[in-house]
Amino acid sequence: MSLMSFKEITQQTLADFKPQLEKFTKKDWLWTLSLSAVILWGAYALYRQITQGEIVTGMRDNVVWGLYIANFIFFIGLSYAGAIISAILHLLNVDWGKPIIRMAKLMTIFTVVIGPIFILLCMGRLDRLHHLFLYLRLQSPISWDVIAIATFFVGALLYLYVSVVRDFSILRTSDLKMSKTRKKFYKFFSLGYRNTPKQKKKLMLSLKIIALIMIPTVVVVSSVLSWIFGLTLRPGWHSTIFGPYFVLASIYSGVGVLILLMYYFRKYQHLTKYITIKQFKYMGYLMVILAATYGYFTFSEYFTDWYSSEKWSSELIHKLFSWDEFGGLFLFANLGGIALPLIVMAIPKWRTINAITIVAGVMVLAMWVKRYLIVIPTLETTLLPMQDTRVEYTNYSATWVEWALTFAGIAAFILMFRLASKVMPILPVWANSEIIAKENTIDPKSSAHV
Amino acid sequence: MKTNTRRDFIKKGAAAGVISAVGVTAWLKTQGIEETGEKVKLLTQDGQLVEVDKAFMKLHAQVESEGLAIKPAGGREGIPGKKFVMVVDLGRCKNARKCVTACQKMHYLPEDNEWLKVKLMKDNEMSAPYWFPKMCFHCDNPPCVKVCPVDATFKRSDGLVLIDNEQCIGCKFCMVACPYSTRVFNWDEPEIPEGLPPIEHKEYSPESSVPRQIGTVEKCDFCPDMVRKGMLPDCVTACPNGVFYFGDENEDAVTNGDETVRLSELLRDKAGYRFMEDLGTKPRVYYLPPSDRMFPVERGFKNLTEEQNARFKDVDLN
Repeated sequence: MSLMSFKEITQQTLADFKPQLEKFTKKDWLWTLSLSAVILWGAYALYRQITQGEIVTGMRDNVVWGLYIANFIFFIGLSYAGAIISAILHLLNVDWGKPIIRMAKLMTIFTVVIGPIFILLCMGRLDRLHHLFLYLRLQSPISWDVIAIATFFVGALLYLYVSVVRDFSILRTSDLKMSKTRKKFYKFFSLGYRNTPKQKKKLMLSLKIIALIMIPTVVVVSSVLSWIFGLTLRPGWHSTIFGPYFVLASIYSGVGVLILLMYYFRKYQHLTKYITIKQFKYMGYLMVILAATYGYFTFSEYFTDWYSSEKWSSELIHKLFSWDEFGGLFLFANLGGIALPLIVMAIPKWRTINAITIVAGVMVLAMWVKRYLIVIPTLETTLLPMQDTRVEYTNYSATWVEWALTFAGIAAFILMFRLASKVMPILPVWANSEIIAKENTIDPKSSAHV
Repeated sequence: MKTNTRRDFIKKGAAAGVISAVGVTAWLKTQGIEETGEKVKLLTQDGQLVEVDKAFMKLHAQVESEGLAIKPAGGREGIPGKKFVMVVDLGRCKNARKCVTACQKMHYLPEDNEWLKVKLMKDNEMSAPYWFPKMCFHCDNPPCVKVCPVDATFKRSDGLVLIDNEQCIGCKFCMVACPYSTRVFNWDEPEIPEGLPPIEHKEYSPESSVPRQIGTVEKCDFCPDMVRKGMLPDCVTACPNGVFYFGDENEDAVTNGDETVRLSELLRDKAGYRFMEDLGTKPRVYYLPPSDRMFPVERGFKNLTEEQNARFKDVDLN
């Protein structure tokens, strides 16, 4: 085999992403327009909510938070998961992890934008958002969350950017057909990076340090998220396990979404060369470990509440176990979210790309349902008898406004991913090139990009 | 600043309590209130039926039109030297709901918005059901105040927990944090019930809680605008049975408008307790157990609408 320079390898790798980076096809337009339509529908729902008040939602005095807060936990959880998964994969320095790190980081950025929008939707007075800066009180767990998310956002952006710099520098010098503005964009954002040994050493060290910082940060921020619930005097929430429970649930559902993203880009951007059964299997194993741990946490949580049978906890457990209340959802959350991954991954024959993806899809849905079950049944379990005959005040039922905004959130997530894959290669070209170089026994240090 | 003396407070409180017939007419005159001649029948604690002029029932509207006793900005400061406290005698409550409607009138609340609720409680299978008026407990360790991110709800030196609806961002975390489900939210533009004095001229203060605002949280405020003028909260004066005693812990005195008693003695003699003491919220509202009841619990279902009665369908009355 003839030996290639590292630059040649990077250009060869880049070639696999060229169709995505160069062209915006009819199909791309179709996707963009349909997803935008869903987002616009959500925007209309938001307009209705702002003009008419939160009366247009299903939220009322007892269940004051609904789908929005469930979506908030779900999306922001994905964000934290993306950061911690990519950080761990980066630090472990395993070759199979490298192709999927960028997707995890992009997931972090997109969901850290989408998630907080949902908590804003819970606010009755969006026109007073600035009060958070004028009057912020540090005693409030919401203040902690504002600070945590803001800090995390900066960290996540930096983390993504530092690793993208190398690809921007590759793109800048590539033969990619692009406009002048775009070239300028790459030039500007590659910050003069040329992959000289000195530059590379510094960059890789920075990346390592940020990855290291991201891990404890994620643990802190997702615990802070859990404390919005855990620090109240509400049955089902007021639990010491809530911090770790949220950390784990975040990572777990994040693994599921990452598997879905792997499948999506592998199939539709023809990346079979980079994302193979290996990635699916390994992520599947990770999913199993997390499923077992999450199952243990779940059992521990509900078993404690059930056995000690304190009044309000019992009421809550009763609701979760009754068919006419949340029984069906609760069963689905546990079967789909815990049992299914364990069973499917236990059988070697079933560890196929399709099966793992389907399991991940069901699990992600189940984890979303679980978030719903954390929020709604507890808020419907008041310490004093409600004694209210207004159905909407005693039982929560989401309205079209809330659903529209929920789907808008999902659409925004997909759209952001699709658009991002037009600006930067969805897999890190530099990291994949390094793997190829290593396999071809070329020392990647031997030559610079240019 | 002139503070009301204890005597003053008790005197006015007793007068506002409507019941003691002697001197009421004269007192009304000094307040510039003309008697209408229309009488309202009220029952005193000792079971006597007395007649009171209807003009007196309008007292609150009169007070309201005089405007606030304090500038809106001062609403965050407690009334100096005071530590307000309420005692609810469950043995006297028959769910007459006068407290509820008076509160609604005072705060321009529509019929289905109750800051003060009367619940039908039954603690266990063997014990008898009883009526349980529930307002804000103005806790000394308030979970709602702890969690507010923007200082919109606050604890004052006089013990009151109030809301500044100009500052509230409507996140509802306080509603989630309150274990007693005391707080309510303005899900849409608050409607102004008919038949009340115009609201336009009213200046908002956390002490008046009026006008209400869309997208903000509100709750029972112990009527500090009344209290600052030396008068009792509306629920106290409206109650025909003297269920509510309001007063000052520092003075160790509470009054239900009819009788004024020592707080410590009342709590000691009648075994006063705080609701769900184990939550650690330290409420400023005490309850006297529903013993020696003046009315059978069934009396509470009289004069209720069908919908109101339906609220209690889950409570086993036997």
